[in-house]
Amino acid sequence: MGVVVEAVVKIVIVFGIVLTCLAYLALFERKILGWIQLRYGPNRVGPWGLLQPLADLLKFLFKEDVRPTTPNPILFSVAPILSLVPALMTYAVIPFGDRIELFGREITLYITSVNVGLLYLFALSGLGVYGIVLAGWASNSKYSLLGGLRSAAQLISYELTLTLSVVGVLIQVGSLDLVEIVRAQSGAYFGLIPKWHIFWYQPLGFLLFFIAAVAETNRVPFDLPEAETELVAGYHTEYSATKFAMFYVAEYANILAVSALATTLFLGGWNGPGVERLPLLGVFYFAAKTAVFLFIYIWLRATLPRFRYDQLMRFGWKVLLPLAFANIVFSAAVAAIA
Amino acid sequence: MERALFVIFALTAIVAALNVLLRRHPLHSALALLVVLGALTGLYVLLGAYFLAMIQVVIYAGAILVLFLFVIMLLNIRAEEARLERRPFFRWLAVPFALLLGAEIFYLVRTFEENPVPSGTSVGVTEAIGRELFTTYLLPFEVTSILILIAILGAVVLARRG
Repeated sequence: MGVVVEAVVKIVIVFGIVLTCLAYLALFERKILGWIQLRYGPNRVGPWGLLQPLADLLKFLFKEDVRPTTPNPILFSVAPILSLVPALMTYAVIPFGDRIELFGREITLYITSVNVGLLYLFALSGLGVYGIVLAGWASNSKYSLLGGLRSAAQLISYELTLTLSVVGVLIQVGSLDLVEIVRAQSGAYFGLIPKWHIFWYQPLGFLLFFIAAVAETNRVPFDLPEAETELVAGYHTEYSATKFAMFYVAEYANILAVSALATTLFLGGWNGPGVERLPLLGVFYFAAKTAVFLFIYIWLRATLPRFRYDQLMRFGWKVLLPLAFANIVFSAAVAAIA
Repeated sequence: MERALFVIFALTAIVAALNVLLRRHPLHSALALLVVLGALTGLYVLLGAYFLAMIQVVIYAGAILVLFLFVIMLLNIRAEEARLERRPFFRWLAVPFALLLGAEIFYLVRTFEENPVPSGTSVGVTEAIGRELFTTYLLPFEVTSILILIAILGAVVLARRG
């Protein structure tokens, strides 16, 4: 019984924090975009625009839910849910910290640690495609359909690179369990350089992972599924109110999840100075490292132009994929020698 | 608890499988197949085969079924469907195959011996499966890889010709 209660409490806390972070991630993005473009960004609602997410939420909830005439009204309603649920399910296996003592019992700072954690994440990222494809189909609009199909092609192509870029880390650690992967990165060589995978043998793997992750989350410069100059808003052209909000939240949930995953796999997760003595500190290290990735995401959006579709495909299949294979061969060779 | 979950997943799988066959629109059939795969994943997890469960979602739900959807959305499947309907020969072919399948199921049920996996074993764990694949089943594994390579070459040749 105690185990169930503990699990439920942890799930509630994690989701509360994650959903709040997602709301503020939208504000964070608009603020930084504003600064980069020499504007103020949102600053009307609350001090420094801090209540803007709340205002957005109310707006999404109370707007009219416009439906297109479509032969598939049920699919039209289910698609945003199919997009949001896998995005939120990823947080079940992400390790935010090690374990702490609380109320006389040991509590782990992650919801669960499963032996196939990484595969679970890839399975969820594969399921995320359905929401987008079905939204495109059920909207009964050519822009939506084209956006949905583009997205499917893009996600399948870059998922290969995403999966293969991680194999190097797996060879080094020998486990699919995310907690084990973080543990393997504790400590430092020569007391100076931390044993994070980005420094030890996997810098190429990290680069490939990050590029593929940007493509997987449909962000600039790979945001072709919603290229507004060609496709209006792509797969969510016909969506409004709460259903649109679900796509919006799903996009940010994916960005946050991928950033957290990059931190876990390549930047040592919760590891940092003083974590052995004070495990709660690890959560802050984890959050700080993840925030760096989030900033880079927004920075990219403010800086880079969009790829053309054929360029995207050529880059994915003829540049990234061979590099990912080369990285696997290299990692295997290193593992065999060491 | 475990039995209840088994019944839920099994019933879902059967109902969804019937839907795959009975739906008129190919897209709805494909989505029903997705539900079947989801239910099977649940069954695999109940059996402790976590690796198989996840790989099933990654490969079948994440890649192959998406390609199905892709084809259904891009091409007009209706025309193909009408062409098949006109051949009554295919309908009669169903009878011997149904009989064969029935006989197989009957044989399996008759010869079934309860041989439960002791709880707490690590048969379904990634490492155990990897070891088996690269020792006991190395030859079938490599043969499969050559088969897939041939299929890839075939796809490239067909695409070139088009």
